[in-house]
Amino acid sequence: MTVEAKILRTPLFALQQARGGRFVPFAGWEMAVQFAGVVAEHMAVRSAVGLFDVSHMGEIVLEGPQAAAAVQHLITQDVSKLLDNRALYTVMCSEAGGIVDDLIVYREHPERFFLCVNASRCSDDFAHMQAHTKAFDCSVTDVSAAWAQVALQGPLAQTMISGICRHNSADMKPFSWVDTQVGGIDVRLARTGYTGEHGFELYCQSNDAEALFLALEKAGEPHKLGLCGLGARDTLRLEMKYPLYGNDIDLAHNPFEAGLGWVVKLQKGAFVGSKALQAIKAAPLARQWIGFKMMGRGIARPGYPITAEGRVIGSVTSGTHSPSLGEAIGCGYVPTRLAQPGMAFDIMIRDKPVPAQVVATPFYKSR
Amino acid sequence: MTLPTDRKYTTEHEWLHEEGGEATVGITEHAQQLLGDVVFVDLPAAGKVFSKGEVFGSVESVKAVSDLYAPISGEISTSNTVLAEQPQLVNSDCYGEAWMVKIKPSKTGELVELLDANAYQKLLSST
Repeated sequence: MTVEAKILRTPLFALQQARGGRFVPFAGWEMAVQFAGVVAEHMAVRSAVGLFDVSHMGEIVLEGPQAAAAVQHLITQDVSKLLDNRALYTVMCSEAGGIVDDLIVYREHPERFFLCVNASRCSDDFAHMQAHTKAFDCSVTDVSAAWAQVALQGPLAQTMISGICRHNSADMKPFSWVDTQVGGIDVRLARTGYTGEHGFELYCQSNDAEALFLALEKAGEPHKLGLCGLGARDTLRLEMKYPLYGNDIDLAHNPFEAGLGWVVKLQKGAFVGSKALQAIKAAPLARQWIGFKMMGRGIARPGYPITAEGRVIGSVTSGTHSPSLGEAIGCGYVPTRLAQPGMAFDIMIRDKPVPAQVVATPFYKSR
Repeated sequence: MTLPTDRKYTTEHEWLHEEGGEATVGITEHAQQLLGDVVFVDLPAAGKVFSKGEVFGSVESVKAVSDLYAPISGEISTSNTVLAEQPQLVNSDCYGEAWMVKIKPSKTGELVELLDANAYQKLLSST
């Protein structure tokens, strides 16, 4: 007998289905992968504005007199510098220095932190956080079910939202956030995003998700707002070389080889994994996460082998046809000696070696 | 879109139009809709020989790769090189400009095994 987990739907499933969304399973959720088409949606975000349902993401709250110390113990970044209504991007590591998840930490006040984690990692993250904060006077609560989230991304996002946002959204610096009203609905409005464009991520109570979505759709009409799915979310983030947990980063990789050394602040003091990370940082890296362009005909896909001189030296972690560049791009871990722009290797595409070359990243530069 | 009645179909959602001893092959509206935005088409060189059911190429969308299966046995007389530059034609004109290969059939008996428009329509309705 097999027991199958029931697939989950966000509060925006019905609305997106009514809008013609095509759905696929992702991390246990039935998510819209596209509406008008991945390429059209991608270009809408780069040139105007797009709206994504990202309610599948997880939210975890750490609260208590020692919440700040608890967060400091869990993450690699230095949260002591984080102010109220500011957020930071970081990773959480295991004792061995592997990446448990990448996440954004929002500080509400010194005794309350709101963490947004990947959908696929939420339950593992929660268990990890509980296990490592027992010594701190701090509660850890998974509030994911209470929150919905949408992303509004593109050069017109701020213009579009200004008419219906109580707060002066034009004033907001990157990684700042505020609790305000958008279209009359209480939202946590954050200047964050996963596309490389100007934009916001809006958190609201699950019950308000549909109303918020409709308000944004209406405000977006004159700006040609496009509904976007996970397909475009992936092509957009890949053009920016933003890692996707499960593809590009995981427990088997450390932040230094993943190019995330900048979020590891060893000087702040001990935290989960700091001992292992000290040792890793002290030694030369054996492999590095790089971006490459295909130099021959073919599209690199996750899992395809990377070969040099006939030997397998790595595998593609993410790859696609880039709509903005009109070329096939990808990422993977290769030995350090091949990790410089201009270095060449082959990608095995169904038993045929196709040449590729390391390039400087991000692949795309927003205007 | 109504199915063109001047051609045959396969269970793999391909169409075949035979004329003057040469069969032109492409994919159907149903197939192109399932794929989404086509960004890459891989077609064989002229002279390559395939048996019915063999993979002769592939069509790639942003998110996935789909194999193309030879609807009949034969030799490739030509591939549509326009699709190398304009793969999106597969989405906009799958029955016309986005034909993929022309095959010289080697076994005439195989043509009758293909579905006519009615049978293919029935297949689509049942999925």
